[in-house]
Amino acid sequence: MRRLAFILPVLAFLGIAGVLAFGLGRDPKILPSMLIGKPLPAFDLPDVRAGSGGKGLASRDFRGEPMLLNVFASWCVSCRVEHPFLMRLAREGAVPLHGLNWKDKGDAGARWLTQFGDPFDRVGYDPTGRTGVDLGVTGAPETFVIDAKGVVRYRHVGPVTPEVWTSKLEPLLRRLRAEP
Amino acid sequence: MGAEIGHFALILAFVLALLQSGVAFWGAQRADGALIGLGRAAALLQLLFVATAFGALALAFAQLDFSVALVARHSNSSQPLAYRLGATWGSHEGSMLLWVLILSLHGAALARFGRGLRATFLARVLGVQGLLGAAFLGFSLFTSNPFLRLFPAPPEGAELNPLLQDPGLITHPPLLYLGYVGLSVAFAFAVAALIEGRVDAAWARWVRPWVLAAWTTLTVGIAFGSHWAYYELGWGGWWFWDPVENASLMPWLMATALLHSALVLEKRGALISWTLLLAILAFSLSLIGTFLVRSGVLNSVHAFAVDSARGAYVLAFCVLATGTALGLYAWRAPAMRTGAMFGPLSKEAGVTLNNLLLVVATGAVFLGTFYPVLYDLMRGGAISVGPPYFNLVFVPLFILLLVIAGFGPLLQWKRDEIKPLLGRLAGPLLIAGLAFVAGLLAFGLARTLAVLGLALGAWLIAAPVQLMARRWRLGAKDAGLSWSLLRATPPAAWAVALAHLGLGVTVVGIAAVGGFETAKVLRMGPGDRAEFAGRTILLDSLGPAIGPNYQADRAVFKILEGRGPPVLTSERRFYPSSQSQTIEAAIGASLIGNLYISVGERDGSGRVVVRMWNHPFVGWIWGGAAFMALGGLASLCDRRLRLGAPQPSRRPRLAGAAA
Repeated sequence: MRRLAFILPVLAFLGIAGVLAFGLGRDPKILPSMLIGKPLPAFDLPDVRAGSGGKGLASRDFRGEPMLLNVFASWCVSCRVEHPFLMRLAREGAVPLHGLNWKDKGDAGARWLTQFGDPFDRVGYDPTGRTGVDLGVTGAPETFVIDAKGVVRYRHVGPVTPEVWTSKLEPLLRRLRAEP
Repeated sequence: MGAEIGHFALILAFVLALLQSGVAFWGAQRADGALIGLGRAAALLQLLFVATAFGALALAFAQLDFSVALVARHSNSSQPLAYRLGATWGSHEGSMLLWVLILSLHGAALARFGRGLRATFLARVLGVQGLLGAAFLGFSLFTSNPFLRLFPAPPEGAELNPLLQDPGLITHPPLLYLGYVGLSVAFAFAVAALIEGRVDAAWARWVRPWVLAAWTTLTVGIAFGSHWAYYELGWGGWWFWDPVENASLMPWLMATALLHSALVLEKRGALISWTLLLAILAFSLSLIGTFLVRSGVLNSVHAFAVDSARGAYVLAFCVLATGTALGLYAWRAPAMRTGAMFGPLSKEAGVTLNNLLLVVATGAVFLGTFYPVLYDLMRGGAISVGPPYFNLVFVPLFILLLVIAGFGPLLQWKRDEIKPLLGRLAGPLLIAGLAFVAGLLAFGLARTLAVLGLALGAWLIAAPVQLMARRWRLGAKDAGLSWSLLRATPPAAWAVALAHLGLGVTVVGIAAVGGFETAKVLRMGPGDRAEFAGRTILLDSLGPAIGPNYQADRAVFKILEGRGPPVLTSERRFYPSSQSQTIEAAIGASLIGNLYISVGERDGSGRVVVRMWNHPFVGWIWGGAAFMALGGLASLCDRRLRLGAPQPSRRPRLAGAAA
């Protein structure tokens, strides 16, 4: 019995080490979204480029083929980091890409798009962040993958880098396109 | 050329560490003085080569040699020299090199000054140290080589994270590492004792200075880190229960427990196997902390670049080191002699209770820190554990601990009686009780916890004062006698009083900030005034300012009425090369509280969002840590330790004489 008390520490430690080894394989930055597997919440937003004749962005626009929804803001430094890559995706016509200009004041988002280029097919303007709340956005940039039926399938937090694109988004989009 | 010299020196140090371990263990087995001497020489040489490598890296940073990949990633020509040098350990690879440098410093100190130890025992300690050194040098060389070159060299480097460009970077990591790594000596001592199967009072007297030094630096390191977070992160928090903060708190709690149990072992020969276990666990928790920061298992503001290969290496190392040590413990410790008996009310019993509470508190912090991993394993999915959990479990444990911490120094060894004990502490008990009742009457039941904290703080300040008053016989009204007693007070007595008093000071700070902090948010333009916390604050001007590598929006406040410095400035800094922002809060510090102002973005009308906090007694949190560290230093100066502790003159040892 006394002996057991001395063996206990090493056994407890090995258990902890097992848990840590498991933890090594997980990524703490993945925040699962409550929306995954659910239809996109309804929204109908005006265009950020007011007066440009843009059609704005509504949840019903996400139909027919898999698309990306990118949440961005002019004040967000990481958005500027991912922007050139989004431009490349748009040039290559890789996937329909829509933007949600989140919590920006006045025409800051429109000016930002004029200055750095506009990769988006449609851009909704969400100055109050209300749609962002419905989407469960915690910070910009975030990118959602929405399938042909308008169901949210994936949420990426942080800038879309070439690596994220080739390892996560592109394979997922390929799978979604193959779905009936 | 410098980087290659550094790399080569690191490889040599790795080989030397392996050699040191092999030769020392072999020498200890055969009781061969020549082999042991070789092991000691290897430890000294290892320091030389690691210092060369570290110097080479620091030089590359100072000279902005962007052909070294690490320099290019963390240094920039606009960065001031101090932060270029600080960047040496501001990255994962560089901080590992600092870790190894401090480890080899300890190894060399043992080899140089450890001649007072029994030769075979010292050899085994050096053997364990050599293995630890080899493991970390290997980690540096194989998974995170700081000397990798870039070709072609970029013309300019990326800036060090602006949050790190602070005097805190110069002091906080080295002090913490001194603490973490210092605990490796206790670990090596414990493993060597387990191999030999013998522990005695002399062992405790040898190990205590190392633990004391580690504990002292860890205390100061944590306090610096907390203070840094307070002024740098811009909202005045001083502790966040962030995984990496917890990673430094856990070894500190364990080292505190170890410090006390080693005292019992030294004085009374009790708590033998328990002390060994604590010595092993304290360093293991430092290792797990390293794992945490470098593996990406948990998300934290401190985490370095995530790399699971590094995580796997550190975890494998943790398992080998801790697993072997604990296995050895399971095998050898039961055969060791059990310690002396003691009564249920005695200093020994007090320390045992202190140890149990500290270990349970460490366990609670550990559970909270790693719960996200555990949750994912059992239920799947991600969660995070926040301050409410930690406050819920930590506060009750610490209340108990603080109560006994007041009694501890006035308890008698072996056996004590409850009535005389309460009599000895009548004064402090009365003060604490009055403080509690008066506080409740003044602030109401809603602030019971804060008032209890203040009363405990008063208790912990009054009890050591009482301890010293008794020692100096201040009650006898004989000034001459008291004066001579005061002058004859040994550093060890000062140490206990200062450390416990420091704890009380910190508790007062924590309770006051926790219960009585006030805040105000408002929009202000130049010329606007605000009334806050008994002061009238004027936003005097708002304008741009230029720093060496940043542009700032500077707000100057004037405090028209009320205490504290009359002019305060707060800045929002923008660092163009890393495209990031930091907030420099305006802090009007005083002994009884800080005024803390941080300024947000400007709106269209040229006004800014101003957040003001009044943090009563917040400085006491760190001031208390300074007292604790002073206590640690005083204890290190004590003659009792120096006698048994490593020292070059070969005086006959007084092994066991004090036991």
